[in-house]
Amino acid sequence: MEWDWTYTGEILPDLLNGLRVTVTATIAGYAIALVLGLVWTLLRRTPSRIVNQTVRWVTEFIRSTPLLVQLFFIYYVMPTFGVTLGPLVAGIIGLGLHYSTYTAEVYRAGIADVPKGQWEACTALNLPRSRTWLDVILPQAIRRVVPTLGNYLIAMFKDSPLLLAINVLELLGTAYQIGAQTLKFLEPITVVGLLFVAVSVVSSILVRRLEKRYATY
Amino acid sequence: MPPTEPTDTPSPSKAGDAVPRVSDAPGIRFEKVVKRFGSNVVLRELDFTVAPGERVTLIGPSGSGKTTILRLLMTLEKLDDGVIWIGDRPLWHQDKGDGKLVPAGQKHLHEMRKQVGMVFQQFNLFPNMNVRRNLTEGPVRVLGLSKDEANARAQELLELVGLSDKIDDHPARLSGGQQQRVAIARALAMRPKVLLLDEVTSALDPELVVGVQDLLRDIARQTDVTLLCVTHEMHFARDISDRVLMFDQGQIVEEGPPEQIFGSPSEQRTRDFLQAVLAT
Repeated sequence: MEWDWTYTGEILPDLLNGLRVTVTATIAGYAIALVLGLVWTLLRRTPSRIVNQTVRWVTEFIRSTPLLVQLFFIYYVMPTFGVTLGPLVAGIIGLGLHYSTYTAEVYRAGIADVPKGQWEACTALNLPRSRTWLDVILPQAIRRVVPTLGNYLIAMFKDSPLLLAINVLELLGTAYQIGAQTLKFLEPITVVGLLFVAVSVVSSILVRRLEKRYATY
Repeated sequence: MPPTEPTDTPSPSKAGDAVPRVSDAPGIRFEKVVKRFGSNVVLRELDFTVAPGERVTLIGPSGSGKTTILRLLMTLEKLDDGVIWIGDRPLWHQDKGDGKLVPAGQKHLHEMRKQVGMVFQQFNLFPNMNVRRNLTEGPVRVLGLSKDEANARAQELLELVGLSDKIDDHPARLSGGQQQRVAIARALAMRPKVLLLDEVTSALDPELVVGVQDLLRDIARQTDVTLLCVTHEMHFARDISDRVLMFDQGQIVEEGPPEQIFGSPSEQRTRDFLQAVLAT
């Protein structure tokens, strides 16, 4: 089998379009994961047992079931409850929800890492609860977990091809479609691999830079 | 019973002071205070009084409950039993009108904490904020000062502690002694009437201790706060305090002016303790 450069050139625009969808889904999903994860963590710390235990079991449940099952649930099952979502939106919500249970754990560890003395200094200054969290605890906790959070961005990016199972025309889905039409899989699938490597490597470098920047005050 | 009003009893002054110190700072009174950690009873029905504006140093072996007393006053530890009065109000309780005291809510604690400030052994500055922000956070967020007012106060206090040039630095860039000076300034920025010093020089390198102690001596001279100090530095205790309380196992073993406690202690346990501390 010979590598066909003209064919590669022809399919490249479509593949880049697919990559655009992949990146969009990853970034949007990641934004949801970052915010929702923090919400889970804070809810788990509320004194209300009903709230914190419910959140605990819901997140445990989401974390312990496969992302693919959740995507199917959101895309194919939710419509029976009257919630119909487009494939991309369903995919973004699925990714975000699933990964929020991981980021929640990351935040939790980060908050636990903030020394007790910081809380005590807040009490001694008489800072209200909200200020203690917003000005003192969270900035320190998040700084500590930037590298770990960055790694989840890359992990999520690599999980995004699962979205093809709910008809999102992301990178791999596009490549598969092209291959199925032309019966030439070598070039599209190889290019997909290369594009994934390229984006992952670039993001790793960015994450490492962030890590360095946040390592010291 | 609340401690007596400041005007009735001028706080005890050190021999040699021309004028007895009169303070509008509140006095403190512990009434049968109990504090346990698990099955370990740290304070056992402790009673003692601090006059308004008085400077009291707590000494004693570690585990004797000295730090716990400060932490109860700062509401960092919960009270198990008894009553702590700051001025004429109970710190941990609310009067329901009929003289009966019930455990206080957050609002009451917030109100009472306004009078109290604390400096910690480990400084506990906020590493994510520069020095300016460390000093203005409380005044702006709690006291409701404008940014400009808080800034002016911060600059004034940094001048007092001799660190005006560090206002834009982060704590990590300061030495231990400098961090503790900032922490002292941060506590003072809240204008507390009761100041708690918890082994504030214990974490410092030996050559930095004297500078911080000199600063605290100056502050003690210039303000009229009620001061409670836990320290292992006996000459510092001698300089700064009107009265020294010797603690052992959650009880006051002996108390008196520093000259007496350090010069001619009457209790064997005090003598043993002083000998052990001074030997190191």
